[in-house]
Order: sequence, then C-alpha cells, then structure tokens
Amino acid sequence: MTAPATALDWAAQFAELAASARDPRLQAFYQAGCVTTDTPLEQVPLLALDVETTGLDANQHAIVSLGLLPFTLQRIRCGAARYWVVKPASELSGESVTFHHITHSDIRHAPRLGQILDELLTAMAGKVMVVHYRNIERSFLDQALRQQVGEGLQFPVIDTMQLEARLYPKRQPGWLDRLLGRQPVSIRLADSRLRYNLPMYQAHHALTDALATAELLQAQVATRYALDTPVGELWS
Amino acid sequence: MQIELLEIRDHLQRFPPFDALPDDSLDAIARQVEVAYFKAGTDILLYGAAIHELHYVRSGAVEIYRRNGALYNRLSEGDIFGQAGLLRSNKVRFPARAIEDSLIYFIPATVFAQLCEEHDGFAEFVEAEGQSRLKSAVESQGQASELIQIKVRKLISRQPVTASPHTSVQQAAQLMTEQSVSSLVIVDDSAPAAGMVGILTDRDLRTRVLAMGLDSTTPVSEVMSPNPITIQADDSVFDAMLSMLRHNIHYLPVVQRRRPIGIINLSDIIRYESQSSLYLVNSIFNQPDVAGLQSLLPDLRATFIRMVNDHATAHMVGSAMAGIGRAFTQRLLELAEQTLGPPPVPYCFMVAGSMARDEQLLVTDQDNALVLDDRFDPAQHDAYFAALAQFVSDGLAACGYSYCKGGIMASNAQWRQPLSVWRDYFQQWIDNPKPQTLLHSCIFFDLDGVYGEVELVENLKDLLAQKASSNPAFLAALARNALNRTPPLGFFRTFVMETDGQQKHIINLKGRGTAPLTDLIRVHALACGSKAQNSLERLDAIGKTKLLQPEALGQLRYALEFLSLVRVRHQAMAAAEGAQPNNYIEPEKVSASDRHNLKEAFQVLSNAQKFLRFRYPAQPSNKR
Repeated sequence: MTAPATALDWAAQFAELAASARDPRLQAFYQAGCVTTDTPLEQVPLLALDVETTGLDANQHAIVSLGLLPFTLQRIRCGAARYWVVKPASELSGESVTFHHITHSDIRHAPRLGQILDELLTAMAGKVMVVHYRNIERSFLDQALRQQVGEGLQFPVIDTMQLEARLYPKRQPGWLDRLLGRQPVSIRLADSRLRYNLPMYQAHHALTDALATAELLQAQVATRYALDTPVGELWS
Repeated sequence: MQIELLEIRDHLQRFPPFDALPDDSLDAIARQVEVAYFKAGTDILLYGAAIHELHYVRSGAVEIYRRNGALYNRLSEGDIFGQAGLLRSNKVRFPARAIEDSLIYFIPATVFAQLCEEHDGFAEFVEAEGQSRLKSAVESQGQASELIQIKVRKLISRQPVTASPHTSVQQAAQLMTEQSVSSLVIVDDSAPAAGMVGILTDRDLRTRVLAMGLDSTTPVSEVMSPNPITIQADDSVFDAMLSMLRHNIHYLPVVQRRRPIGIINLSDIIRYESQSSLYLVNSIFNQPDVAGLQSLLPDLRATFIRMVNDHATAHMVGSAMAGIGRAFTQRLLELAEQTLGPPPVPYCFMVAGSMARDEQLLVTDQDNALVLDDRFDPAQHDAYFAALAQFVSDGLAACGYSYCKGGIMASNAQWRQPLSVWRDYFQQWIDNPKPQTLLHSCIFFDLDGVYGEVELVENLKDLLAQKASSNPAFLAALARNALNRTPPLGFFRTFVMETDGQQKHIINLKGRGTAPLTDLIRVHALACGSKAQNSLERLDAIGKTKLLQPEALGQLRYALEFLSLVRVRHQAMAAAEGAQPNNYIEPEKVSASDRHNLKEAFQVLSNAQKFLRFRYPAQPSNKR
C-alpha cells in the first residue's frame, strides 16, 4: 500500500530545512533527519510529547511544562522520559492553574524554555512526534522557537486524536441519532483510551499525558493497523 | 530534575510484593519500567523464549499456561508473572497470553535482582511462582511454633523403669516407690521381639487393683494396659499432645524404632506449655459438674487464641479444638453415667462433622448420635439413652457447643438407634441417594466414636468404606452435591461478596471455602475406600490411589490449610476482642498479600470442582 498523495515527505523537507535554518541548534535538529514516508511503523522511533500551557492560543499563552517519552510500537521506555516545568513569559491564569496544578511557586525557580531548548531538540531529533491534538504542541513549540531563536520549528506528528477522528467521521449524531438521544463519540484522550480498555489516568500532567498518548497509539495500531503500515499514512 | 511517573508508582504500591517496599525503591522501579499494550488474544511470553524482565499486569487479564498448554493461572490487575523464568536460566517457563486488552509493565532484570537482594519479603514472594505462593504462605506458618519444632526426646528426663509381666503388683508398686516414678514399662524378655508389652501407671494400681480388691500377688500382666499407644522419639511435642488428646491417655511411652527409651506424661507437656490444650483437657476431667465445665469456657477461648498467637497451623488448632470437644463430651458422659447408673446395653457415643474430622474451631455446633448394641430394646432401654443424650446435649450447649439446628443430635430418637438400624441407614443413603439423605451423608460420613464401645462405630466406618467406593451412582450424587457451593470468585479473579446484616461486604470463609473443599475431598476419599476422617489424611489416602495428581493434592492441601488459617485467625481476633467469633471476613480488611493468597486458594477450589464435575458427569447412568 502506498501513502496517500497528500502524504508529506518529511525526510526531504528536513533536508531543505537543515539547509535554510540559521540557528545551529535547529540546524542540528534537522540534520538528524527523519525516517522516509514508507518506513514501516514498527521500525519508527517515536516520541510521545505533551505540553501544558497557560491557555489555548499560542500567540497569547505560553508553555508551563513539557513531558517527553521515547517509545516504539514494542516498548515505552520510562527510563528515558523527560519532564520540565518552565517559566512562562506570560502570567499564569487562575483558570489554567486549576487544570495542570502548576502554581506560581512551582515555576519561581524553573528555567526559561530557552534554557532547555538544547535538551528538548536533542530528545526530539530523529524521532516522529506523537501527540493527542497536534494543534497545541505544534503551534506552541513553533511559537516558542520564534520567540527564543527567531525562527519556527517544524516536525512530523502522528496525532492520536486524528486517528480516532478518522474512525468516527460521522461522530456528530444526525437528526435521527439526536432524536434517539445518542451522544456524539468523544475523541478526547481519556474517552479514546477507554475504547481500548486502557486505564484511567489523572489528566493534565504533561508526562502522564505523554504516557497516556504513547499507550493509546500502541493500542490503536494493535487494533487497527498492520505493523508494517508506512508511517506516511499516519503522520502529518 | 525529578521525573515523576506517578501513575506507575502509585499503582505498583497498591499491590504485593510492591506494597511492602520503601518509597525510594518504588520510585526507582517506576523510573525504569517499560510499558506495552497487548490486544486481547496476543501472546506475551512464548515458552523457552529469552526473558529479561519481570512482567506486571497494569490492566486487563492474562492467562499463564503450563508447558503442555494447560491453563495454570489467570492473572489480573496488580499480578506479576515471568519470575520463574528470570530466576532460572532466563528462559520463559510459563507462557503467557493476554485474554483481555492488557497493559503490561516490564521491570528490568537488574532492578528485579536488586529488589530480591535487598528485600527478603520481595524475594520470598517472587520465588514462589511455579510452586505456589500459597504454599509458602502456609509453610511459613507453623514453623515458628515451638510445639512443632521441639522433639519428644527433649522431654524425656530418664530411662524408663521396666518390669516383667510376671512381676506381682506389690513388687511393681515397691519398684515405682523406690524409683519415684508414676509408671512402669512392662517388657517381656522371653518374647522373640523382646519388646514392650504394656504399661502400668499409678492410676492402674488404684483403679484396677485396689478398687477391685485384687490380691497383691496378682501379676502385672493382668492389670497393665497392653499394647500401649507409643510415640517415636523424633516426633514433635505437638504430635505427642495430639496423640494424648486423641486417645485420652496421660502416659505415652517414647520409642526409638521399637525400643522404649522413656515415658512422657501429661504433666511433662503441661510443664512445657502451661496454657496448652492438654492442661485444659486435664481440667475438664477434673470438673465435678456441668457448671464446672461451663466455667472453663474462657480457658477454651484463651487456649485457642494462644495457639494462634504461637503460630500453630490450622491443622494443629483444628485437632486440638476437636480433642478438647471430645474431652467435654467424654466428661459429660461420665457425669451422666454417674447420675443414671451404668448403661443397660453397650453403646458408643458418636460425633460427626468437624469434630470427627479433627477440624473444629471456636464457632461450632454439636453433631452427635448414639450407636447402640443390637440387644437394645426401645421399650426397656430407650428412657435411659434418651436421658443420657439429653444430658450430654444440654451440657455441650452450656459449654458453647450450640444445639444442632438440623437436629443432628443423639437426643433425637432418629439418631439414637442400634447398630443394625444404623447399617440400614447407611445402606439406604448409599443405594438410594436423595437430596435429604445426601445431607445426612455429608454429616454422618465424617464419623468418630468418642466414648463407649468404639467398635460399634468402627463397624459403620468399615461398611461405609466398602459400600461407597463400589457405588458410582452414589458417588456421582455426592459429587453433584459437593458442587452446590462455589468459591466467591468472579471470572477475573475478583471477589464476589455477599452483604451481611450490617450491609458490610463479606465473604463466608466456611460456606464458600472450607466447607465445599471438605465436601469434595470427602467424595474422593470415599471413592478410594478410605476410612480416614481428617481432610488432610484423606488427601494422603487419595494420593496413594493416584486418583489425583500429587500436584493437585498439594494445592488442595495448601488451599485448605490457608483458608482454615484465615478463619482461625479471624476467630482468634474476634475472641481476643471479646466479640462473638464468626466465619465472615471483609476482604477490604485483610492484607493485600492475604487477599492474593485467598484468591489463589479459591482458585484451587474452583479448579478442583471443575475436575469433580468432569469426573462425575451429570448423568452417570448414561455414561457407564
């Protein structure tokens, strides 16, 4: 099976970006390369990624914590997990505090995102990122990089929420369903996990969410995809 | 930088053996865990494959198989597997497959080895896979008990004083006085085996010589107790105690092979164990009336609690309590005969149920009957035996052995019958099993004579052993009856709980555990023609016939012992708090590892019931 025509050739794109990037850290990140579109899923080095933020708009809000967990379809390696609380440029709102439980005192001594950028990019290098709802991670990291080094960040992403959305294209109930009181199919992380009999976790801790996302992808592939499915069918 | 994998750590700390680990060890494990998802139906471990991690079920359900593919265990959340392979040669010994969508944690061998090294409890827990965790839980109990560890030979203070059978009773009394001993071993040097032929005690001289007005020249051979019960020198003090309880004897010759090397008596053991059950038995026989017996009730509870605190096994406790129950019964019969006079015809007072099986605990009701000599004439003799039975039954009730709700008591005319009627009863119950008679079979087919002409009850035991084993239809009916009560386990090894009067979620350890286990052991024992009454002895008898695999027998033994142990401890705890002991436990209130072992024990029961169902299918007449 070949990848759909729209599939991005991230390997080629990384080669171009490596040439055009000005920041040496970004150059190194792109130079580490990316697997080709036809690489079987079971051979792809993956990185579950989750960021907690002060709000939903990357232009106004900032990252407060990041969780990373390298994995493959065979194993999630907690030993190599990374987790940072970072000091956001913008203020913490009371609303967001109630979500991710990171408070002002937690971040008082936390590093700025700029200080961990090296480690972050090294951890991401050569991996395909796995997130639940790509808009957040992509846009916030892109925005953060623009603020820190003056140029954006691009990377391949497998979005577990998107994979669920593909399964339930008509998840909004029609008029008949509404009449019968049917609820829309939820593709939120916790609800999606339940469909695969994965346990309930406490949400909104970046590392726990990264773990939850990694487990969800393993479950989705075990249930719906062949192990040799080309990565190009899943990423964007 | 602190990496917090809280979900992993918090989960591990809820389950044994991790629940006993310190926080920093848990953190270290959580930091090195690897995780993988297995779809229902996929293999996790294949036999003989390399294994370098301990496996932990985070969610879902996993089945473990034997090498031949037979199901070995079904695991759920919080269970571990793979340790048998890790501990030996790093090859998988028990293959595993996810039977539900499962999330598995992998703990690296290096971490595993370090945990085993640093935490004895962890090592003991994991080393048990493949044998049985239950086995180690059961074996750790009882070993601490001094009574089991100490050998009888330690109680011997001197060589036995011996005399020949031809010695006169006067010479014997003189010898005992000179040597200041209260017993003599009678040895016949002329006999080819040159062994012990009897013993003579102070009491014998009083009751059999002086009281009877015998001449002082009477040879001891006429008044000694011939062929006495003996004990081997390297048996435990507990064995000696049991033997005395069982046979109601106060002197026990100790032999090395067949040579007598000493005599121990009741007081030797009482000196050793001041609150032992024998001390209580001794007090029982010294009580002048029912009120006196009743006053011993606190001592009975204290003895029970003490045995449990001393780490006695459930088997020890059950035997000792049955011995005490027998002593109460025997003393009551002595008192009854003192009031009513000697019996008009010989009789045997028979006990049934847990006392007959030597498996009695604190909460128990009386099951008894009278087997009378066939010369019994109801018109002439029944008034005597009715009064005797009523006296004993009331006395037992006063001493805490409540009346049997089903009326299984000698005070009930149906259960106060001559041997020939009893033989008819047994014959009918076996030839023509009906629901009601099966209930009787379950009670009366555990039987033991405790007082009077024991041969009468032995006669019934012989009949039962012969008839039952050769009657497949009866065995099949009894087997189906034994399947009525199932262990309280759900499909995924969750407890199925009942609700008691106070809306507490409880498990009936007797009704759903030890009783069905005893029932199924009885079926196999009867099928083997065994005359043993105690469930563990029945298992030994079953083992000799190869009806069950040694492994299955071992599992049954451990399951019975463990379930009984939890019952015993539960009752001891209630008794210590002055509460009324019962058989209901709240799983929430027992330790995680006990909970785990309970599940394993119930699983053994469940598997044994499956085997029973398979061996005695629903319509035996069509199959045979």
